[in-house]
Amino acid sequence: MPYSLPSFLVVSSLLFCLGMYTVLTRRNAIGILMGIELVLNGAGLNFVAFSRFLEPSQTTSLLSGQVFTLFIIAIAAAEVAVALAIVLSLYSRMKTIDVDEFKKLHG
Amino acid sequence: MKDIIFNVFLLLTVIPCFWVALSSNIVHAAFSLLITLFGVAGLYVLLGADFIGVVQVIVYIGGILILIIFGVMMTQRGKLLPLSIQLPGKLFAAVLTGVMLVALILTSTKSLWPVAFVLGEPQPTSAAIGDLLLGKYLIPFEVASVLLLVALVGAVLIVRRSVGGE
Repeated sequence: MPYSLPSFLVVSSLLFCLGMYTVLTRRNAIGILMGIELVLNGAGLNFVAFSRFLEPSQTTSLLSGQVFTLFIIAIAAAEVAVALAIVLSLYSRMKTIDVDEFKKLHG
Repeated sequence: MKDIIFNVFLLLTVIPCFWVALSSNIVHAAFSLLITLFGVAGLYVLLGADFIGVVQVIVYIGGILILIIFGVMMTQRGKLLPLSIQLPGKLFAAVLTGVMLVALILTSTKSLWPVAFVLGEPQPTSAAIGDLLLGKYLIPFEVASVLLLVALVGAVLIVRRSVGGE
């Protein structure tokens, strides 16, 4: 594929859709977390690709896209830390991380 | 030349990504995720975002992925259950994501994006990003730092109460 904006958008769509498929089909809680990482990476790649290729304008700096990718990375770090803490505490209580088993949690 | 490097990083990103989604071994999936994240870092650098590429390597590969691999290793004992759901649900998920993928690819290739005619040479970005973070985006920056602190304390509390506090 050529080095152009649509190619990068296709790559990030692939990352997003495979991440979504992972989230939908995994029963392992950590597998679901990996899917979320893929989705977030697709979004970040989109931001950076647009900040590289779009026409610069007077009002906004093109680097804004890269700043938003930085925020995405920070939020991903926070999310993984909390999610793994929850997974480990559930594991120590229920001896499994299969999300189907967590149905017992309601009520 | 640029096209060749782009295609190398593209394959490095996309092929392990399929393995993350389809592998039946969670450890293989975790290590494939490592290669995917590295490929994305290469794409960032190729897009002229040197600072984001380095941050991606440090935070994702050095931090998040290590956490995930530790999580995988600490939860491997006990009964072995299948990693994915059964066939009807899988088919439904495949159709749903397939439709979405086709729609996204059509949108991204058929749209007329206001692309710059002449791409400028990539400039060093760290100084400009620092100016933006402490100028225009100061409030989101502070909120993100508070969020990280809260997540840190929250993660420690959740694990302590369940593992050590009995």
